[in-house]
Amino acid sequence: MENLKVVGKKIPKLDAPLKAAGVAQYIQDIKLPGMLYGKILYSKYPHANILKIDTSKAEKLAGVKAIVIAKDMPPNFRIGFMKDNPPLKSKKVLSIRDEIAAVAATSQEIAEEALSLIEVEYEELPGIFDPLEAMKEGAPILHEEAKSNVLKLPWRLVCGDVEKAKDESAYIAEDTFSTQWVTHCCLGTSGCIAHFDMQNNLTLYSNTQIPSLAQNDFVEALNAFGLKNRRVRIIQAVIGGGFGSKLDTYAYEYIAILLALKTKKPVKIIFTREEEFFATSPRQCTITKISQGCDKEGRLTFREVEMILDNGAYTSWGATTPSVMMLPISSLYKVPNVKYTAKCVYTNNTYCQAMRGYGNPQATFAIESNLDQLAEKADIDPLEIRRINANEPGEITPQRFKITSCGMKECIEEVAKRLNWKEKRGKDKGRGVGMASLIHVGGGARVYKSDGCGTIIKMDDFGKVDVFTGASDIGQGSDTVIAQIVAEVLGIPIEDVNVINNDTEVCPWDVGVHASRTTFVAGNAALGAANRIRQQILDAASKIFEEEPSNLDIKDSIIFSTKNSEKSIPLGKVLRRIHYTTGGKMLMAEYFYDPANENFDKEFKGNLSASYAYGTHGVEVEVDKETGKVKILNYIAAHDVGKAINPLLLEGQIYGGGLQGIGYALGEKMIYKDGRLMNGNFLDYKIPTVKDVPPIQPVIVETEEKEGPFGAKGIGEPGLVPTAPAIANAIYDAIGVRIKDLPITPEKVLAAIKAKEGEKKI
Amino acid sequence: MKTIKVMLNVNNEKVTLQVKPYETLLETLRERLSLTGAKESCSLGSCGACTVLVNGTPMRSCLILTPEVEGASITTIEGLKNGEKLHPLQQAFMEKGAVQCGFCTSGMILTAKALLDRNKKPEKRDIVKTMSSNICRCTGYKKIIEAVEETSKK
Ligand code: FES
Ligand code: FES
Repeated sequence: MENLKVVGKKIPKLDAPLKAAGVAQYIQDIKLPGMLYGKILYSKYPHANILKIDTSKAEKLAGVKAIVIAKDMPPNFRIGFMKDNPPLKSKKVLSIRDEIAAVAATSQEIAEEALSLIEVEYEELPGIFDPLEAMKEGAPILHEEAKSNVLKLPWRLVCGDVEKAKDESAYIAEDTFSTQWVTHCCLGTSGCIAHFDMQNNLTLYSNTQIPSLAQNDFVEALNAFGLKNRRVRIIQAVIGGGFGSKLDTYAYEYIAILLALKTKKPVKIIFTREEEFFATSPRQCTITKISQGCDKEGRLTFREVEMILDNGAYTSWGATTPSVMMLPISSLYKVPNVKYTAKCVYTNNTYCQAMRGYGNPQATFAIESNLDQLAEKADIDPLEIRRINANEPGEITPQRFKITSCGMKECIEEVAKRLNWKEKRGKDKGRGVGMASLIHVGGGARVYKSDGCGTIIKMDDFGKVDVFTGASDIGQGSDTVIAQIVAEVLGIPIEDVNVINNDTEVCPWDVGVHASRTTFVAGNAALGAANRIRQQILDAASKIFEEEPSNLDIKDSIIFSTKNSEKSIPLGKVLRRIHYTTGGKMLMAEYFYDPANENFDKEFKGNLSASYAYGTHGVEVEVDKETGKVKILNYIAAHDVGKAINPLLLEGQIYGGGLQGIGYALGEKMIYKDGRLMNGNFLDYKIPTVKDVPPIQPVIVETEEKEGPFGAKGIGEPGLVPTAPAIANAIYDAIGVRIKDLPITPEKVLAAIKAKEGEKKI
Repeated sequence: MKTIKVMLNVNNEKVTLQVKPYETLLETLRERLSLTGAKESCSLGSCGACTVLVNGTPMRSCLILTPEVEGASITTIEGLKNGEKLHPLQQAFMEKGAVQCGFCTSGMILTAKALLDRNKKPEKRDIVKTMSSNICRCTGYKKIIEAVEETSKK
């Protein structure tokens, strides 16, 4: 790994100049000739029958070009992975974000005015907003055809014998933890432009994180519209933040498509911030009952988890987060016996989706908080219990994850050292330290049948390359990481690498930017393609030099013999020589990388990822007993990343993820009252500002993952996974109260202090 | 529709426009002048993505009506470059890794510019205080602060 010239270096993000100059084109910035503006009318009630929709007044408004309601959609057309969501609702609404009608007009203002002229009569129905209520006998059933509010998803994992292990445990700790609704808050709001050509082929300008899958969804939609055998092209604008929010296709996109089809004009729909809050799909709230046991020495004996998740009114990928929750539940630390069941429950709330961490933050909050409770019962230092049970390379976990590289122990030690754990813990009242670890997929995740990504590279006469990758950049910097890998392999400067990553018409297939998979999977695809080009170059040069290709290398765009320093030739010269000749050729290569990971079997077992990422966060807090305010004095985020391909961007993921985690832990919450969002704006839903940034220190632990490109593993999500339990554990150390319900607000801390003092008096 | 004639000096260029009486400066810049570097993210004055400099002061262009700033000098992110050369702040944001998705970036840079124009050597405290008016969901702010600090040292 020595002598790397580009990989491992702090290289600024390739598109940063465009963004810093203000010329990057986001979906908001794109205008097409003749473009109309679409707007959606949402439900007034979280649960109601629609009696009548009258669009006649709106139709008369000058500038209105089309109005669509449910009957304009193909009958029985449904979206979402359980196909339970019609993009426009006809008879019944199940949440406040239900789409009832939509308008296309010549301006945003006219579209808005038209919405106000649409008259809808409702018959309000009693709503269910609490999953526990929705599960009760006799509760109204939201989706009649489903016959139950509990989704038919068989989330159940059993490894070993939990009952037996319970009997044999020396100590057991049991408790219930809950988490809140939170939302992505991408600064760029959702939006798209749908545009049909003369043959009714669709181009969708989009923010999606899943261009290839979205393309499929829309082809299916066009079929349903009666447009058989049409092409769909997805062009991604520069994406103003993702965090999982764009891993599905949404009603607004199908509505834009329908409006474009009706009007034969491009139609743009851009969400306002208010819509972004109430009409996109957030991270769901959960209730988790957990118990863990250990033997006298502190070795974990079992972990049992029962979870209830609020699915909301329809089904998107939030309902499959239990599949990833299984990862920490079965395999965070060595635990031989595991049982996990989860129920996703329909309610009249908004419906949930993926958000950075994909269920892992909720599960890890319960596991790591409860692990501290267990440590206390067993009278073991929380650091010690983590050391004793830490994962190790070579392990096969009960869920059959094959742990290849694993730097968990190093992460724990880094945190202990840098936090001065022994000195600080349990000493200073009002101040305390806590830690929590994480395991996450770090080598892709086979949640679909394919976990692949393709790359095509073409090289010009001068050694410059265009790299066409399926991987989407949502700000994290995959463009740069891919360019670094290609530049390194080809021995060319990074400036000579142009990454094209936003057009399904030219970019190969990719399953999407999720599961922290892009550096690993798209990186390996780029590596594969670059190696093929390299081989072609060396083969050509070997003929010129009469030297074995294996004795040749390329650096700074010069090909040279490693045996004889006299022999060298500029890369461009070789390229031109093989191009401009009879039967000439230009260099191109493709590579499709699909990691050797496994889909779960029927029992939810199998090696989901080709490698696993680890980390430990440690935090020192100070709690003001008068106000309940928690102040973070020191924050250490140690991550096993395999290999840092770009430490600058890597730190960015850790800082950014960490602060999102702190928001999740200490403040953010979507306040729903009877299905209505009460704080849907940045004034009332407060995301952390620069004032909330604690002294935070990322520690990069390198374990050189064999499967990873140059040894790298994923890091997109881990940064926020263990934040909340690390903070909760530190608060417990500081003042002896445990907050089990996120977010940890000063009110909750104060109430817990009061309750504890009350206990003492009795 | 009744429109109002407004004269502005935008990035050192005089422009005369007919605008709607209730048109925001953000709309004027983005829709009439195609200066899309200022972003709309909340329209409520709560995020700072739309920040531009009005006579040197950072203002939220989503809250200002264009007729209110008749005659003013407006600087947008597009006006910061010196020919082909990026402004030192733009350069520092780029190099320090202060840009991820980039949606907050132009507002951040202009807010920082106004601070440095007013106070060449701000304390970290001042930087934090000033920059706390703008939100960023991607970076965790750390590198944004570093970029501003770095520029102030030059
Ligand atoms: S768009 Fe103006 S402050 Fe958010
Ligand atoms: S870089 Fe994405 S919001 Fe700041």
